[in-house]
Amino acid sequence: MRAGDVPALPRGVRLHYDRVREAWVLLAPERAVTLDAIGHAILSEIDGQRSLAEITQTLAEKYDAPSQQIAEDSAGFLSALRDRRFLDVVR
Amino acid sequence: MTKVNPPIAMLAELTHRCPLSCPYCSNPLELARQETEIDTEIWCDVFRQAADLGVLQLHLSGGEPASRRDLIPLVEAAREAGLYTNLITSGIGLTEKRLHALDKAGLDHVQLSLQGTDPAMADEIGGYRGGFARKMQVADWIGAIGFPLTLNVVLHRRNLHQLPRAIEIAQEMGARRIEIATVQFHGWAIENRAALMPTREQAREASRLVAEARARLKGELVIDYVPADYHEDLPKRCMGGWGSSGLNVTPDGRVLPCHAAETIPHLQFDNVADRPLAEIWYEGAAFNAYRGTDWMQEPCRSCDRREIDFGGCRCQAMALLGDPAATDPVCVKSPHHGMLQEAAGAYATQDDAPLVYREFSETPRKARTS
Repeated sequence: MRAGDVPALPRGVRLHYDRVREAWVLLAPERAVTLDAIGHAILSEIDGQRSLAEITQTLAEKYDAPSQQIAEDSAGFLSALRDRRFLDVVR
Repeated sequence: MTKVNPPIAMLAELTHRCPLSCPYCSNPLELARQETEIDTEIWCDVFRQAADLGVLQLHLSGGEPASRRDLIPLVEAAREAGLYTNLITSGIGLTEKRLHALDKAGLDHVQLSLQGTDPAMADEIGGYRGGFARKMQVADWIGAIGFPLTLNVVLHRRNLHQLPRAIEIAQEMGARRIEIATVQFHGWAIENRAALMPTREQAREASRLVAEARARLKGELVIDYVPADYHEDLPKRCMGGWGSSGLNVTPDGRVLPCHAAETIPHLQFDNVADRPLAEIWYEGAAFNAYRGTDWMQEPCRSCDRREIDFGGCRCQAMALLGDPAATDPVCVKSPHHGMLQEAAGAYATQDDAPLVYREFSETPRKARTS
């Protein structure tokens, strides 16, 4: 995924707080993906409006971490979600 | 003691009624009649209990779940409980109006079954004339509403040549995902092994086509694939391990570790009408019977794959060997592996074998002690 891409969660894919396991999960058709802190932080920002670069910039300010680092750390995770059709690029 | 985690998925078999009569139906040979089905209120309570227990994914299945008149309130209740709600349907019994009501009720996902890629094949296998045309109409409505869609196709000797077209249909329907399952021999399929068993060459060709399509359609169409079990050398990790991640509730409220578990005669099953779901999951005799590895015999007990495939399928060991604790004979380490492969080869050559369609028995279902 490129920095200028605008990601969106497609219909039928949603964040859910699993109160039994006390963890955030991404619910998708016939799958539940357990999220780590960075995965949850990024997916929470995805709104189908802002680009990946804008999202990582927001997170960088929020968590006081380099934007580039956040982008690198989440690249594999986001591309795996795309391959599973759990994440779309709308622009 | 095996550490028991909460379940992730629940299959709710809302009814055994179905307009189709597919000869590989996974329902038991003794189908539950409408008068024994649990009511709306009990199902809604089971959904809430399931969510409290840790279930995330709810699969509404059957029979044909659309045969339940209360399908809309059931979906509402499932969503209200916080469950990701998936409808597994043939499409028959769904109207455009009903699909809009399901949309409003919050249905998350639809899994549509495909019995063949043309009317002749699909209607013969489903035993329902006009079924294919109706299904295509329903698929159009599903697409127009925008439900995420999985196409589910069961393949066997008679329709394996239609695999490439099935993948095209999934794309034409706008499905994000296709489940390509070679028939598994449980339920009615056991009665139809001679009519449905794929040849070894067909099984190999299917695996090749799937691998090719997965590479070609990466990021476009997700392909989940179940290979021809009897022709494999390693058994399937059935249910992800018995009592480890999923449970099944029958139309009359019995709670099973898998849909075929009732074929194991010594198991006792609890009913949601008698016992809380959490207690059934953690303490029920049927769930604890084959959890973990303590129950295993050789060659499973000392096998380094014992926690990978858990010895394969218990119901298959029962069906083929009469011993549910035996190694699944699909496994190359089973002393019965050669016998199974020979039998599979013999079944696959019986080209004149008739289809035995699923049907309700003439005599009332015999009373059960559990």
